[in-house]
Amino acid sequence: MLELKVINDNPAPSKKGGCSAGSCGSNDEQMSHLPEHIREKVYNHPCYSEQAHHYFARMHVAVAPACNIQCHYCNRKYDCANESRPGVVSELLTPDQAVKKVMAVAANIPQMTVLGIAGPGDPLANPERTFDTFRQLTEKAPDIKLCVSTNGLSLPECVDELVKHNIDHVTITINCVDPDVGAKIYPWIFWNNKRIHGRKGAAILIEQQQKGLEMLTARGVLVKVNSVLIPGVNDEHLKEVSKVVKAKGAFLHNVMPLIAEAEHGTFYGVMGQRSPNKAELQALQDACEGDMNMMRHCRQCRADAVGLLGEDRGSEFTLDKIETMEIDYAEAMKKRAVVHAAIAEELNAQAARPAQKNDIPAHYRPVLMAVATSGGGVINQHFGHAKEFLVYEASPAGVRFIGHRKTDLYCSGGDTCGDADTALQTSIRALEGCEAVLCSKIGYSPWGELEAAGIQPNGEHAMEPIEDAVMAVYKEMIAAGKLDEAPALYGAGNAA
Amino acid sequence: MALKIIESCVNCWACEPLCPSGAIHEAKPHFLIDAKKCTECEGDHADPQCASICPIEGAILDGLGVPLNPPGSLTGIPPERLQAAMAEIRAR
Ligand code: SF4
Ligand code: SF4
Repeated sequence: MLELKVINDNPAPSKKGGCSAGSCGSNDEQMSHLPEHIREKVYNHPCYSEQAHHYFARMHVAVAPACNIQCHYCNRKYDCANESRPGVVSELLTPDQAVKKVMAVAANIPQMTVLGIAGPGDPLANPERTFDTFRQLTEKAPDIKLCVSTNGLSLPECVDELVKHNIDHVTITINCVDPDVGAKIYPWIFWNNKRIHGRKGAAILIEQQQKGLEMLTARGVLVKVNSVLIPGVNDEHLKEVSKVVKAKGAFLHNVMPLIAEAEHGTFYGVMGQRSPNKAELQALQDACEGDMNMMRHCRQCRADAVGLLGEDRGSEFTLDKIETMEIDYAEAMKKRAVVHAAIAEELNAQAARPAQKNDIPAHYRPVLMAVATSGGGVINQHFGHAKEFLVYEASPAGVRFIGHRKTDLYCSGGDTCGDADTALQTSIRALEGCEAVLCSKIGYSPWGELEAAGIQPNGEHAMEPIEDAVMAVYKEMIAAGKLDEAPALYGAGNAA
Repeated sequence: MALKIIESCVNCWACEPLCPSGAIHEAKPHFLIDAKKCTECEGDHADPQCASICPIEGAILDGLGVPLNPPGSLTGIPPERLQAAMAEIRAR
């Protein structure tokens, strides 16, 4: 059985959930409301284990265009903002096209183990298209797990159909449990052939979400809850949401930042609703998610990407290309099984690695560091090629994963480099709060600008395992006396 | 009489599967209602389905050319309250 290391530098939890050191205790506590069979699933999950995430990939297909509610942070021109980055438009596929694409990718990228439908609208508002895709895949590619994300309005009526397929987990976006809060987020819903506005609509939506959540957990389906943090609307309220959904058996409550830009044309964007800053976000994530750091990487999914963390091979699988591919899936499945077994072995070996003792005096403050990686759990990406950074926190207690920071590529090479400077600034902004960035290589000019912004670039740990490297840099900072000075950007509000 | 989709349609697909008369189809640059097929949902539903789910104010007109979802009807904020609402939201 695959036993993953879920907490950095701590031994994997045993079946009894006993774990001796560090933050593992609190993690155990968060998971203690879950039935044993769900806990097992989560610990070993390619989507939710930070460790496994470096080795497995998932993909999404856009088969579900329509939506049955209006969120103030969405304007329908882009993919559903609950599950993807803002401003992304996916190519709409028919169920047949989607099935073909998934099988083509799975045959060529054996690490692809999870297929999600998240939009571009609400999958359950398009039940024929969504379930046709699931039906075909459950039959033709039984080694692929399926997941789906929904706003929850149609969830109760879909539960029976959902559990017929190879469904691995369901994500519900729940932004509130109070209709008065809901009325500020959802102007209307479409329900029983009518448009229902305001508080009344929000109340129905909330009721359906909660009912759907209960029905799924009663059947042993993993349910993750996403919430969008909207300052001044649901920020404090999300703590209540967290309590309620965990009591009903959601295994993870994931808090994502509202991203409201006027140019996206959403109601919030146009009206000037602000997004949360990084400190507000992290404070709320700590309050709602606690220390379930193993899952933080799975925040806003990369709905537009195909491949492993940090890479996108989508262009190899365009419609005209997959049309010409001949796929022998039975053959591919054998190959995939071999690759999956090798990954399991590698993860087992990592889990077996003895916990490090780091004897750092407890008074040193924690430090955030960003890491550029293209997968494999090592630092192996050029700073300028990183589309996203992984952020880790180093503290005397050890190294823990905090989350993703997405960035626009600041350098795409060649003649598009004219915009490099402003885009580099975007990258630097994305790294706000980090005091170091670890990468395999970095150019001369970004080096200077990062330093000027108070972020120390470091290319000395190329190809080293991420956590070891982060700890090494932390120790170097201590040795250099850097942590004796006044706390830098990431001092306040940290509970680690 | 029949309803009409105009150019502010964002091609979101929400209306198409709901039409009881099969009157709506995808088209470029935007979805269209076949006036010969549209029944305004008479006999099937109390409200015209396309206009009840369309997220865009002004995208669907009635037989007289009047928008079924006039400005402010979907955001819930009438135009005269827009400035005040914006100030409220910006203060958050
Ligand atoms: S009013 Fe009814 S019949 Fe006419 S296009 Fe809209 S949904 Fe179809
Ligand atoms: S619901 Fe409105 S915006 Fe969407 S496709 Fe129909 S007419 Fe266009």
